[in-house]
Amino acid sequence: MSHWMGKLKTLLLLSFTAIVLSACGKENLTALDPKGYGAEKSMDIMILSIVVMTAVFIIVAIIFTIAIIRFREKKGKEDYIPKQVEGNHTLEIVWTGIPIILVFVLAIPTVISIFDLADTADAESSITVEVTGNQYWWHFDYKGEEIQTSQDLYIPVGEKVYLDIQSSDVIHSFWVPTISGKMDANPENVNTMFIEAYEEGVYWGKCAELCGPSHSLMDFKVVAVSQDEFDQWVEDMKSANPEEAPQDAVATEGQELFEANNCMACHAIGSSPVAVGPNLTNYANRTTVAGILEPTKENLVDWIVDPESIKPGNKMTGNYPEISKDEAEKIAEYLMQLNHSDVTPESAGGIID
Amino acid sequence: MSQDFSLNPEIQDPAKATHEGKNKYIGLWFFLGGETVLFASLFATYLSLRNSTAGGPSSQDLFGLELVFVMTILLLTSSLTSVYAIYHMKNHDFKKMQLWFGITALLGLGFLGFEIYEFTHYITDYGFTFRSSAFGSAFYTLVGFHGGHVVFGLSWLIALMVRNAKRGLSLYNAPKYNTFAIYWHFIDVVWVFIFTVVYLMGMVS
Amino acid sequence: MSIASTQKKGFGAILWDYLTTVDHKKIGNMYLACGAFFFILGGIEALIIRIQLIKPENDFISAGLYNEMITMHGTTMIFFAAMPMLLGFMNAIMPLQIGARDVAFPFLNSLGFWLFFLGGILMNLSWFLGGAPDAGWTAYAPLSTQSPGHGMDFYVMGLQLSGAGTLMGGINFLVTIVTMRGPGMTYMRMPLFSWTTFIASILILFAFPAFTVALFLLQFDRMFGSAFFDIALGGNSIIWQHLFWIFGHPEVYILILPAFGIFSEIFATFSKKRLFGYTSMVFATFLIAFLGFMVWAHHMFTVGLGPVANSIFAVGTMAIAVPTGIKIFNWLATMWGGNIRMSASMLWALGFIPSFTIGGMTGVMLGASTADFQYHDTYFVIAHFHYVIVGGVVFGILAGLQYWWPKMFGKVLHEGMGKIAFWLFFIGFHLTFFIQHFLGLMGMPRRYWVFLENQGLDTGNLISTIGAFFMAAGSIVFVINIIYTHTKAEKATNDPWGSGRTLEWAISSPAPEYNFKQLPLVRGLDPYWIEKMDGNDKMTPAEPVNDIHMPNGSILPLVITIGFFIASLGFIYQVDNKAWLIVLFTGMVIAIGSMLIRSLKDDHGHHIHKEDLEKEAD
Repeated sequence: MSHWMGKLKTLLLLSFTAIVLSACGKENLTALDPKGYGAEKSMDIMILSIVVMTAVFIIVAIIFTIAIIRFREKKGKEDYIPKQVEGNHTLEIVWTGIPIILVFVLAIPTVISIFDLADTADAESSITVEVTGNQYWWHFDYKGEEIQTSQDLYIPVGEKVYLDIQSSDVIHSFWVPTISGKMDANPENVNTMFIEAYEEGVYWGKCAELCGPSHSLMDFKVVAVSQDEFDQWVEDMKSANPEEAPQDAVATEGQELFEANNCMACHAIGSSPVAVGPNLTNYANRTTVAGILEPTKENLVDWIVDPESIKPGNKMTGNYPEISKDEAEKIAEYLMQLNHSDVTPESAGGIID
Repeated sequence: MSQDFSLNPEIQDPAKATHEGKNKYIGLWFFLGGETVLFASLFATYLSLRNSTAGGPSSQDLFGLELVFVMTILLLTSSLTSVYAIYHMKNHDFKKMQLWFGITALLGLGFLGFEIYEFTHYITDYGFTFRSSAFGSAFYTLVGFHGGHVVFGLSWLIALMVRNAKRGLSLYNAPKYNTFAIYWHFIDVVWVFIFTVVYLMGMVS
Repeated sequence: MSIASTQKKGFGAILWDYLTTVDHKKIGNMYLACGAFFFILGGIEALIIRIQLIKPENDFISAGLYNEMITMHGTTMIFFAAMPMLLGFMNAIMPLQIGARDVAFPFLNSLGFWLFFLGGILMNLSWFLGGAPDAGWTAYAPLSTQSPGHGMDFYVMGLQLSGAGTLMGGINFLVTIVTMRGPGMTYMRMPLFSWTTFIASILILFAFPAFTVALFLLQFDRMFGSAFFDIALGGNSIIWQHLFWIFGHPEVYILILPAFGIFSEIFATFSKKRLFGYTSMVFATFLIAFLGFMVWAHHMFTVGLGPVANSIFAVGTMAIAVPTGIKIFNWLATMWGGNIRMSASMLWALGFIPSFTIGGMTGVMLGASTADFQYHDTYFVIAHFHYVIVGGVVFGILAGLQYWWPKMFGKVLHEGMGKIAFWLFFIGFHLTFFIQHFLGLMGMPRRYWVFLENQGLDTGNLISTIGAFFMAAGSIVFVINIIYTHTKAEKATNDPWGSGRTLEWAISSPAPEYNFKQLPLVRGLDPYWIEKMDGNDKMTPAEPVNDIHMPNGSILPLVITIGFFIASLGFIYQVDNKAWLIVLFTGMVIAIGSMLIRSLKDDHGHHIHKEDLEKEAD
């Protein structure tokens, strides 16, 4: 018997270690390893509340355990009738008073941090990006810069970046766990928040409000690069020439197909304030295809041929002529050559696998 | 064997003399508590949408005080006449009670007539409908819910009066009349709020 | 033996009896049976969700079907499983506890039941009629107004029907407690389950109408082209969220307070000790209910209400911890110094303490709005509310079933099997949900059809799914126990636990049709216990044996409900084809016509005669 008990213990120990190790989650996705201002503030309050609450839980657990061990029915004493106590004023005052104090301990720092995070004093002097949530992708419009991107939001590290968040359809929620808590994208009003990344990196972003079948596939990235690289990127993006001819024949054919199939009706290449579909200006540097797939040509071809199989309910399906795999490869080649900046996700260290 | 519901002169308030009567009385008050929340929610919705005209007619364009004033007078008076009716019920005077309730019903019908006229006026003369704007939806929903309550109240009252016309007052039907009267007052109070929040505030701002 | 059970009846007669019954005990049983049916349905939906999430990028079900699953799981569990089962206990037990022969409005009681049941059936019909609702149980606009097909229409009409039924139930219980307490049963002698019934009913009364309005707005937008949530015409989708949560937050207290009541009874009974701090328990309940109305916007911290609103609602939310803490400590103090019997129902109550305390802790943590920016709409929230709703409400329901089964059905559930069910369910519950706290913080939002590979979420999700199967196993053992008990067990005595304290244990199991042959005289809190301590084996009667007035059964509640059911289908389908308006009006005529019949036809009830009563044993 002790043999399999030993094995069981080892197994339990192993799985326990595995859980603890994985408990913090994936770097640049988890909220438990904050690398930004908002996430850090949230973490502070989390730790404070966990400490207070765990203390309460331990007290409850101790009383509970003692009570059920000490006062459990004993053999032969099943009929014993305990003293019928009505209550105890001192005790009741204690367990009302202490929680009130604990609530204050928690409430004051919370309120201070709420106002801290809602502060918009620096909004004028900071970069502002208009963020629009769409089913099922994100659009970023750099205010005053004539730069639009989709899916990958480039920001300078160590700077407050203000986000004016809105939705074009249903409610979404903008969430980059490692650098900040979330803010809803409502269709009727603009919500402002700021994010500040402490370290360079590519951070996972997720939609956190149910927005339809592909809600779980509405990922995006925040690419935090150094200030110099960011300035460079802004320069590159501003000077990007959408008319620039592709480098080879296949891509040129792709460009023609892109135009012939009227992809431009929704997708802009170059600066354009209107965004029915994602802006493709700097497509070659995208971290993903469609927000979720690896940025390979094969994945892009699959997407162009049949987006429905990748993101159910997306708005692209059915809104363009049928495209053969062959044609899709050419278009993909063209898009994969849309490279207007040397500042890429790799500059921020790339995606951590 | 059946319960004895006949009136005797010693009974002060036939509406609350039986156990069932008391239950109905208290139950109605609770129900009105719920109704208050219902209308509060509708008022809140209306208040947050009353300027969302989407380019359509606004409250200043639409509302005229004269009509609404007459409607208010009609409904307030009908509340008063129902008080007379209940007074006569407590004196066990069935005929006078029916008479005053009859007047209440007529005033209520008058109110309803004006409300229907008001709505058709907005729709035909201004093209202001339930679908024109969020303000339109909120206006017709709030005022319409009140109107619906008036319709329900009138049907209730008329059914009671017809059913009991030949039977006279008893401990069985007195609570029904009484609960109706309280309900009718409630509708009246709601109208006072509509008059203030929708019409008066709508004309100023 | 009661009059009813002495006569053998055919199946048709029994069916007719249940369709027309206005007896609060039978209605209570029907609430429980139908609630259990929906509980199993919601449980199967939960298992399908967990199977889909057993591994990354799973394709067990499609994205659209997944959203239907989560919506129906949430809605079914809250509205058609948890609440009806609690209403079942309120119906079956509360009148017995306060020494009443019936509820105040037996007809309304029956109508409320049928509205709930057919509302649930209506909503589930959507599975077979083109797809279930898919905008989440919270149905946020404009996703819910834009949702294609009729799924969300079924959501609106189903909940509108059952919501009306619940409101009737709430008013009925309130009046019953105000006017029908037995001789000597003052408010402050009422058992805690009756108190929580009263307070939960107040919450129902003031919370449900807000939801009714929200549903009307959604209905008008979807079916009649109004513009409440249509941004282009000036609409505002945040109104839905406010109305929904003004109802939705009190709703969770509507669920948990009666469960608190059940646990209070069980702790006292099986510790063989008076409930500690009874008065403060009552006031804590009131305080929770009151604060429950003040905190709805803590569900909306990320909506962008601004720092002032967020601060107020954050502090308000934390304040609820105080009365809840009082309750936890009072339960602990009740056990302290007692003589605790580890019965199966006591096990559920004991399991509740740590589980619910964790749920309460995470509740306070969620209330801290700054941290909530991270928790909101993630698996952390899923974990939190399952800790309070499963660890609190479901444990409470299962504890209550084990505890009151003999009083309701006359047989004692097998204790051993009850304990096995508890342990399976308890272990499964923590296995399923504890890890989800971490999943949320590791970046997994809720309502995710798939989670991607290589994001560190695999292990946690696998554990969670395994846990769900343990819970299913526990539930199956519970059902087997019920079947086994009814084929084997012997008839229960009046007071099968031996330490019953409240009035329901003074009468036979199951209770006779008229509850009390003679209304008992209540001499204090825990009246039956007092009599037992004075050496009496039954209550002192407060009246001589007399004729007992009983309400007549009626088929009309069912007919009214069927009318509204038909009208609902008319509402749903008139969008496609105006011919359906005929169905709508037909349904309305049936419903309103039946209401008119009810109103105009005299119904004086009947009497059980003194002579018949005297033949009966106590």
